[in-house]
Amino acid sequence: MSEPLLQAVNLSCERDDRLLFRNLDISIVPGTLTRVEGPNGSGKTTLLRILAGLHDACQGDILWNGQLRDRQRESFTRNLLYIGHRAGVKAQLTPLENLRALMAGRRLLSRDLLAAALDNAGLAGYHDAPCHSLSAGQQRRVSLARLLVSDEPLWILDEAFTALDREGVAGLERLLLQRVSQGGAVIATTHHPLAADGMRRIQLGKVNDHAD
Amino acid sequence: MPTDKRPVMTPVQNTAPLAQAVIAIMRRDLKASLRQRQDLFNPLVFFVMVVSLFPLGVSPEVSFLRQSGTGILWVAALLSTLLSLDHLFRHDYDDGTLEQLLLAPQPLFLLVLAKATAHWLVTGVPLVLLAPVLGVMVHLDGNSIGVLCLTLLVGTPVLSLVGSIGAALTVGLRSGGVLLSLLIIPLYIPVLIFGTGTVTAAEAGAPVSGYLAIMGALLALALTLAPFASAAALRISLSNS
Repeated sequence: MSEPLLQAVNLSCERDDRLLFRNLDISIVPGTLTRVEGPNGSGKTTLLRILAGLHDACQGDILWNGQLRDRQRESFTRNLLYIGHRAGVKAQLTPLENLRALMAGRRLLSRDLLAAALDNAGLAGYHDAPCHSLSAGQQRRVSLARLLVSDEPLWILDEAFTALDREGVAGLERLLLQRVSQGGAVIATTHHPLAADGMRRIQLGKVNDHAD
Repeated sequence: MPTDKRPVMTPVQNTAPLAQAVIAIMRRDLKASLRQRQDLFNPLVFFVMVVSLFPLGVSPEVSFLRQSGTGILWVAALLSTLLSLDHLFRHDYDDGTLEQLLLAPQPLFLLVLAKATAHWLVTGVPLVLLAPVLGVMVHLDGNSIGVLCLTLLVGTPVLSLVGSIGAALTVGLRSGGVLLSLLIIPLYIPVLIFGTGTVTAAEAGAPVSGYLAIMGALLALALTLAPFASAAALRISLSNS
């Protein structure tokens, strides 16, 4: 088994006087799909935000390549692609401008590459339409087009299947499985049934029952 | 595909040049503001209206306007900047681009500086450009108008930079507008005092270089400290959302 990319050691989180999880140990290995499961309000999004480094109101250590993540923030953020509940798409800009702005801090990509990614994300013909004129599913596709040009080994996806049509869901599923087979690591929450060989599960929402 | 050894993606080492990331953020912000005309014109219209209401509401006397014109213009500029501050991070917070900003591989304070600069370009610079016209309206003489524009040119970036701290602190709150004003107005007072002081000195024929030096010092202080404070405030705000 290869070295874990991302590790969480003894993670506990409390929000609004409610214990979301306690003593959670997570190890994310390249080439695995990890699914975070649990009912609404069980802290799935909070866990993903903690792993991504957006939320730090918790106890426990998070290690990136075996060393404390917060000491090597640049390396960590460069290798992480996080897509949250909010798509990260500006309504006034076109899909092409949005994609370019989102990728600009990561690597140089030609216009053709970005356009091809948007085409593959099912946005052919919408490259230059302002995003506020697109549907929710299309806006989600703009955000997901990043996955198609991503060289980051770690993906953290929070409810990425939301608002996608059946074809989009199937496409995203294929993309995730392909990524895992190439040696990438994917952490996702979804209520959509998702299955892969060797999929790992993190079950949340059990602590509450004991705490109450 | 079953293989003996599973492939492993190696972590990426190279990051895009810093300048590219900073320029991309400024371009995105400028484009978004220019397409959201209402947000762009609202502070400007406010600025012009406040200044033009004083002659109507108080007195159109030349002596009154000449004496209080500078103060009116500076207060109006300050308030209209305050009006636009809430938008600095609010839209980004709502659409999720702020999260992506925090997860960019570049130092956050530089990206915040880029955002504050973009904010100044679309709110501060138009105020500076409009000021001469309004200066004529309140009967300031040519020399005073020149100095007034100079103080606004140095002072409005301070307003944007210092304001970004307040905007970052209140972005996670549902109605942060009032709190933002309360937090930021006290920090704006030195800029206001030295801004109007410079023009008053110029009107009296006194040298203004000392005043301008202090304003320059305020700008230097804001440039070096505000981005760090804003970046820290953004991390806190997003951590609690």
